[in-house]
Amino acid sequence: MKLEFSEQELLKGFLSNNQRYTSIIYKQNFGLIQNLVLKNNGTADDAKDIFQEAMVILYENAQKPEFELTSQISTYLYAISRRLWLKKLQTSNNSAKLSLTPIESIEESVAADDEIDFKEKQDNDFSLMEAAMKKLGEPCKSLLEAYYIQKKQMHDIADQFGYTNSDNAKNQKYKCLMRLKKLFFAQYKY
Amino acid sequence: MDEILLSSLVDRYINNEMTDAEKNEFNQLRAQNQEVDQFVVEHIHFLAQFNKQHKRTALNSLLNQVHDSLVENGGIEVKQSAEPKVIQLWHKYKRTIAVAATIAGITAFFTSGTVHMVSNKPTESYIQQLSRKVDQQSVKINEQNKEIKKLSDSQNENIDTTPALQQISSGTSFLIDGAGYLITNAHVIKGANTLVVVNKNKEYKAESIYLDPATDIAILQIKDKKWKPNTHLPYSIRKNKPDLGEEIFTMGFPRNEIVYNKGYMSARSGYNDDTLSIQIAIGANPGNSGGPLFDKNGNIIGILSTRDKQANEVVFASKASNIITAVEHLKKDSLNINIKLPGSNNLKGLDIVSQTKKIEDCVFMVKTY
Repeated sequence: MKLEFSEQELLKGFLSNNQRYTSIIYKQNFGLIQNLVLKNNGTADDAKDIFQEAMVILYENAQKPEFELTSQISTYLYAISRRLWLKKLQTSNNSAKLSLTPIESIEESVAADDEIDFKEKQDNDFSLMEAAMKKLGEPCKSLLEAYYIQKKQMHDIADQFGYTNSDNAKNQKYKCLMRLKKLFFAQYKY
Repeated sequence: MDEILLSSLVDRYINNEMTDAEKNEFNQLRAQNQEVDQFVVEHIHFLAQFNKQHKRTALNSLLNQVHDSLVENGGIEVKQSAEPKVIQLWHKYKRTIAVAATIAGITAFFTSGTVHMVSNKPTESYIQQLSRKVDQQSVKINEQNKEIKKLSDSQNENIDTTPALQQISSGTSFLIDGAGYLITNAHVIKGANTLVVVNKNKEYKAESIYLDPATDIAILQIKDKKWKPNTHLPYSIRKNKPDLGEEIFTMGFPRNEIVYNKGYMSARSGYNDDTLSIQIAIGANPGNSGGPLFDKNGNIIGILSTRDKQANEVVFASKASNIITAVEHLKKDSLNINIKLPGSNNLKGLDIVSQTKKIEDCVFMVKTY
């Protein structure tokens, strides 16, 4: 079996959460990013965080309709990781500079800053949602996930959560949703 | 309009479950009533966020899974540092190192001091094995001391002369496989003819299937019909080395009841620079021998075995890696024994009370006869 895939194939596999393709991209690129972070004051854990963050950015940006991969995946990941790490060093009040000089062509082909900003905004939303979900508690959390994410039928949900009928479950679900919305929008800034 | 009713309409609208007529009516309602329209937009936005959230969680767990399996099968190599980092680390941690070195220095000073003071005797007697000798011990009651029982020196050397069928000593052991495999100290079961392990007043017969005096580890197997296998152990065995100063705790049987004690990691080697063991500071008494030593996340980092008789809270424990080695040896030698070491840890992030509650079921008193 031949294990060579085109960049587009790899990306497509990654976007559909395929473990095999994800694993190939991961294996091809992790070492490079790890070296970058380790050589610049980072730890192994930092390297893992930065690399995974870059993977998330690739994943989420590639979902956008206007996305076009103009460079190699590895170039993309490297450029993003480099910006991420630089940013982290700056915010962590660490005067150390990246010892690697920027490679102009990489910087141009990947609009790293925009994409990082986009993710930061999203991360902020995510942490709000996470906080809201935590405050919401059980069984509301599981109930909402069962309906909106696992797309279960209302009567199955009624069975699973021990409601007498699907109307009761439905009512409960909306009450939960209203509460979650209230919790979420209470902290939300547009 | 009732919000619940409206929500259910919006859900149907988003999922395209409406008939064309209904859709028209709904769109009209939106056009006429700004409040409704706003609610719809907000609801759609919210659900999208909810879904994105789930996708992100799934992605993060996929990435972690891929990372772990690549590390495991050697696909990627996690390096701890690039070469010049040693210097950076030194700058970063020199104060910590200085403090640690001072503590280590003081400990070393006292330890070597005590060793020198009594250096005409054989070294073995300066450390005390923490198994509890039963029946024939003379118990001194010391009211000022919180310790209830203390052993007099003379009893320690007489283990082997005890006649059979009388309880010789007791210690602690813990499950490493819910099927009924336990770890304890080799010295706990020294000279024993019959072994019984006890948890929550239930006694089970056990046999020793592996013994290594060098690492002071023994593996016991419960051979009793009453035993109900425990399918999932809450703790796992930590693979990397614990750091100095890490908080640790143990559970064991210095009395007939389980006792919790906590302390900290003192040194990476044991008595006389023994690299198979570590030094810890913890309140440990005879009977604690063979007890599991946990880090704050509930990972096993060692097996409590001996203490320095001359110094307070200088206790030695066999390293957790010795468990893994012992199990590997045992598997190699015997075909029909299939021990599966606990893989996942359910204790991380729990408070100590919940941790001990879960661990309690897996820690047993060992009685030898």
